[in-house]
Amino acid sequence: MTVTTIDGREVHVDAEGFLTDPTEWDEALGAALARAIGVELTERHWEVLRFLRKDYEGQGETATTRRVQTVGGFPTKEQFALFPKKPAKKMAYVAGLPKPKGCV
Amino acid sequence: MSTPDSLVPSFDDDANEGRKLAIICSKGNLDMAYPGLILGNAALGEGVETHLFFTFWGFDMITKSRMADLKFTPVGNTATHMPMGLTPLPGMTGMATKQMRKSLEDLDIPPVPEFLDQIVAAGGHLWACRLSADMNKLTEADLYDDVEGIISASDFIELTQGAQLLFI
Repeated sequence: MTVTTIDGREVHVDAEGFLTDPTEWDEALGAALARAIGVELTERHWEVLRFLRKDYEGQGETATTRRVQTVGGFPTKEQFALFPKKPAKKMAYVAGLPKPKGCV
Repeated sequence: MSTPDSLVPSFDDDANEGRKLAIICSKGNLDMAYPGLILGNAALGEGVETHLFFTFWGFDMITKSRMADLKFTPVGNTATHMPMGLTPLPGMTGMATKQMRKSLEDLDIPPVPEFLDQIVAAGGHLWACRLSADMNKLTEADLYDDVEGIISASDFIELTQGAQLLFI
């Protein structure tokens, strides 16, 4: 298991850099992860991230963009605006969760 | 801040710049509608410019009066592992369709019209085939609202220059 330093903190990550232990995450770390990939967080980003964290707690897997829309209530278009080009992966990364597994 | 040594995923936003995917949807069976929709949606989620061209039987996927009523039939489909002699029995197609819809719904895979909504929201482009429109005597008014145009095969080839192509 790889350990990397983000924002002066050591966290466990996979080969790509996604956190492998969601309990190492807090909102300060989320802000640092967002900065690392060039996403500037607004309150709306936080709403999405909090949904992802809460959904993961209940489901044990990361919500897909489809689920973020149907269950979280964040329209697909808005997800692309908030986390451009690759919303599913970027949302998961900033939320300190694994990449979503689902196809849709 | 992340230090220069931090391991941060490379989302390579620019790597897909200019990458295009063209998907030709030529089938109107429920089961054959999904591969194009799922792959197109996945490509959009990876930042790939995606165009779907609906032609021949695939025209049903964007025809308002039919798009929500595509069917799946086990007739001639050995992958259902049913005795082939039973597959043409009355009611079998309806039953198989219902079963497939349920399986898709259980996995939160949207019905075709809603799936197209999602693809369009993700920035996907939908095109209708001119010949298919003419054969079926359909106009843009008969088609799903977000279809960008009824275009010829040459138009499609032109606008997908350099694209990777999937024929389904």
